[in-house]
Amino acid sequence: MTAPAFVPYLLHTLFPPNTHRPTEIGADVMMGLGMGYLVYWLTRHRKWGWLWRDWLTTVDHKKIGTMYLIAAILMLFRGGVDALMMRVNLAMPHAPFIGPEEYNEVFTTHGVIMIFFMAMPFIFALFNAVIPLMIGARDVAFPRLNAVSFWLFAFAAALFNLAFVVGGAPNVGWTAYPPLTELHFNPGVGTNYLLVSLLISGIGTTITGINFLVTVLRMRAPGMTLMRMPMFAWAALNTSVLILFAFPPLTVALLMTLLDRLAHTAFFTLSHGGMPMMYVNLFWLFGHPEVYIVALPAYGVFSEVVPTFSGKRLFGYTSMVVSMAAIMVLSYGVWAHHFFTMGAGAAVNAFFGISTMLIAIPTGVKIFNWIFTMWGGRIRFTTAMLYVMGFIPTFTIGGATGMFLATVPADYQVHNSYFLVAHFHNVLIGGTVFGLLAGMYYWWPKMFGYRLDERQGKLAFWLFLIGFWITFGPQYLLGFKGMPRRMWTYPAGHGWHLLNVISTAGAFVMGAGFLVLVYNVLWSMRHGERDASGDPWNGRTLEWSLPSPAPEYNFARIPTVSSLDAWWAMKQTGQGRGRGAAALRLRPQDIHAIELPRNTGYPFFLGAAFFVLGFGLVFSWWVIALLGLAGVWAALAYAWFDHDQHKHMRADEIRRIEASMGRLPA
Amino acid sequence: MSLPLGTSEEPLPIRFADEPAHHLAGVPLEFADEEQSLKITGFWMVLVTDLLIFASLFASYAVYRPMVAAGPSGAQLFGLGSAIAETLFLLTSSFTVGIAVWYMRRGNQRAMIGWIVLTLLLGAGFLGLELHEFAVDIARGASWQTSAFLSSFFLLVSTHGAHVLFGILWAVGIVVQVLRRGLNAVTARKVYTFSLYWHFLDIIWVFIFTVVYLGAKIA
Ligand code: HEM
Ligand SMILES: [Cu+2]
Repeated sequence: MTAPAFVPYLLHTLFPPNTHRPTEIGADVMMGLGMGYLVYWLTRHRKWGWLWRDWLTTVDHKKIGTMYLIAAILMLFRGGVDALMMRVNLAMPHAPFIGPEEYNEVFTTHGVIMIFFMAMPFIFALFNAVIPLMIGARDVAFPRLNAVSFWLFAFAAALFNLAFVVGGAPNVGWTAYPPLTELHFNPGVGTNYLLVSLLISGIGTTITGINFLVTVLRMRAPGMTLMRMPMFAWAALNTSVLILFAFPPLTVALLMTLLDRLAHTAFFTLSHGGMPMMYVNLFWLFGHPEVYIVALPAYGVFSEVVPTFSGKRLFGYTSMVVSMAAIMVLSYGVWAHHFFTMGAGAAVNAFFGISTMLIAIPTGVKIFNWIFTMWGGRIRFTTAMLYVMGFIPTFTIGGATGMFLATVPADYQVHNSYFLVAHFHNVLIGGTVFGLLAGMYYWWPKMFGYRLDERQGKLAFWLFLIGFWITFGPQYLLGFKGMPRRMWTYPAGHGWHLLNVISTAGAFVMGAGFLVLVYNVLWSMRHGERDASGDPWNGRTLEWSLPSPAPEYNFARIPTVSSLDAWWAMKQTGQGRGRGAAALRLRPQDIHAIELPRNTGYPFFLGAAFFVLGFGLVFSWWVIALLGLAGVWAALAYAWFDHDQHKHMRADEIRRIEASMGRLPA
Repeated sequence: MSLPLGTSEEPLPIRFADEPAHHLAGVPLEFADEEQSLKITGFWMVLVTDLLIFASLFASYAVYRPMVAAGPSGAQLFGLGSAIAETLFLLTSSFTVGIAVWYMRRGNQRAMIGWIVLTLLLGAGFLGLELHEFAVDIARGASWQTSAFLSSFFLLVSTHGAHVLFGILWAVGIVVQVLRRGLNAVTARKVYTFSLYWHFLDIIWVFIFTVVYLGAKIA
């Protein structure tokens, strides 16, 4: 190609018309300003070295957890803006704010971002922040791979978010069903972005699953048998198993679609014997377990928060463990409930309808156990606890509407209507998001050493809860009135308008809740109450035995565990003199040198190389893809040949650190 | 040998740096060090997810098998000859990698490397045969663009082939490390996990041979 022809080609490919709409330009400007400010700030304060040494190369699970948390909240913002744009449209069907193409893009990016780039990293943030501390470990099983997971996620998220600026956003829905995703029906690079970034982040997620599975199975403190583990560790275990079993079918489904688009294979090409239903089955074979991947961690959080703030041990611990495992197993046998209407026949539908309803049993067990834990307890209504109290009725209703959808004839009426939209937000927000926020408020002092202000936190909670019901309550009715999902506007005369206006108003209440939450964090960074004791809530599990934030090595001495709620037991049995540091009674001679993983830059480079590879694949620019692939190999080879992965921390250094935190007589 | 999952009663504590690694009597080098033992457990999990990738591919293959469109069916396309040759190569290489680990356990580094090299040669032979088979198919107009059946065939078999290729490159890296550093807990663990991986690929191939090639002849 000659140079003059090449430039317009390049410009048109990189910046097709759907990247210069006002909303896109506005977002570009905002992102540019944000990035510019970040660069300015880092340069002005000479923080580049700090950024590289302390964060980009870190292998410390606590810092990785913090980075996941920041990313998740940024993505919650982006997904939330998408949501508001859609809601504005639906409140003004006569003068829509965005057009049909853009609406398609926005619900797609909203769904993908909320599930893969908000909920997942938020979960991994909490796992990273507390799982090793809870089970008495110095780190996760594979600290370097933990950093690899993070950077694969981060660069995949960056790639996905690049789409609407460069090349055009995907518009196929988060489910990305063929044949709509076939090149013939969907030229352009948007769909490639979705496929490639999910494939890359999927690798990271799988590694995280392996990491936490091995961590929980193999790294528990002496005496902590499986049945003495905190429920949140059980949640990490079950979630990890779900990840290991659920992501492979997704990988295969996405890969097939990508091959169809890039290599012209015929997996979903009808004229060549392709079968779109193959994709749908594989996708939901992943998709339903995925909803439990994001739900079980929330259950885990609730099982920690409720006992702490009720001042009682968890009611029915064994049944909690069994019911969680039951949910984990059952979640693989229900996937066809996502396509009852696609003609599977009565017997198949009956099977999947019943198997779906069975999940209500273990879930009900859990709900009752949380209620019985509160029963007779002395409840402290902290923000974290409020989220549990909001969760129980909200999630129960979401579950009940799920049972309604599992009733096949009823599903035929409301399938793909706003009833469904209301249902899944009911469980995703009422379950997952409330759980994650509860966990954030609960463990924030442990992660950062100060509390989030409770009054502001409670205000945000009420805005979220009330806003949630105003938004999604009316959507159930809209579903009954026949309004389909994924509509950019609608004609008058169906009686849909008023309910949509109410729903949009609710969405803005939730948006206000988000702003209060951000303000809450920023305010508390300056003025939040410092947590000197390390045990601000009078907690029950081992993470509260540590200073806040925990030192790099977590435990100067690994504790020995003899019962459930190990820290509570230590505080009770006079192993200590009450709350906080004293209960551990660390002596200088207990402290030995510790081996710690050494920081490394290869995970960051690996992520960056995957980004280049992914970018090349998205545009089918094979030279760039090959460059990226070479980078991936280089990073892997570097990692393989690097045998010097540890550093030692001397005993006297640890004694000094512990003394400075008041844990040892100086 | 039991799966190295640790027991629920006695989780292994992280070792202090000034404690000697507890060299349990009779425990092979690659398990003696806590960290290496963890990595072996982790690698079993890698094999689990990888197994599920192949399970998904097998399921797709089974569904797509009748969807030959205008292209050839498996019975028309596949010859057993090259598939049997490929099987012989790969099965033998599984045996040779076993011998390599046997020598590693006896501390015989040179013999170990020799057997690994033989394993890799067999693996390369397998790959060569497979690529040749693909080339012949494509020359006959049967590529993965021809029909959904062939798409799923090529995806399944070449995913396995890509695993073999990755394994060869990985093992070359391991051999270089052993030559440089000798056998220690780290390099021994690497050889051991490679051998697990290689056996795993062998098992997958047995299924491919049965389901794809024999299956086509029976149907
Ligand atoms: C902040 C409050 C939220 C609001 C106001 C909101 C609003 C919406 C709207 C308007 C749609 C499009 C409905 C349609 O046109 O079919 C949608 C779809 C969706 N939302 Fe949300 N959402 C919110 C939070 C969340 C959260 C937290 C999650 C997940 C964790 C989530 C996951 C999804 C998914 C998966 C879809 C389906 C996308 C698709 O159709 O492909 N949403 N949401
Ligand atoms: Cu489902």
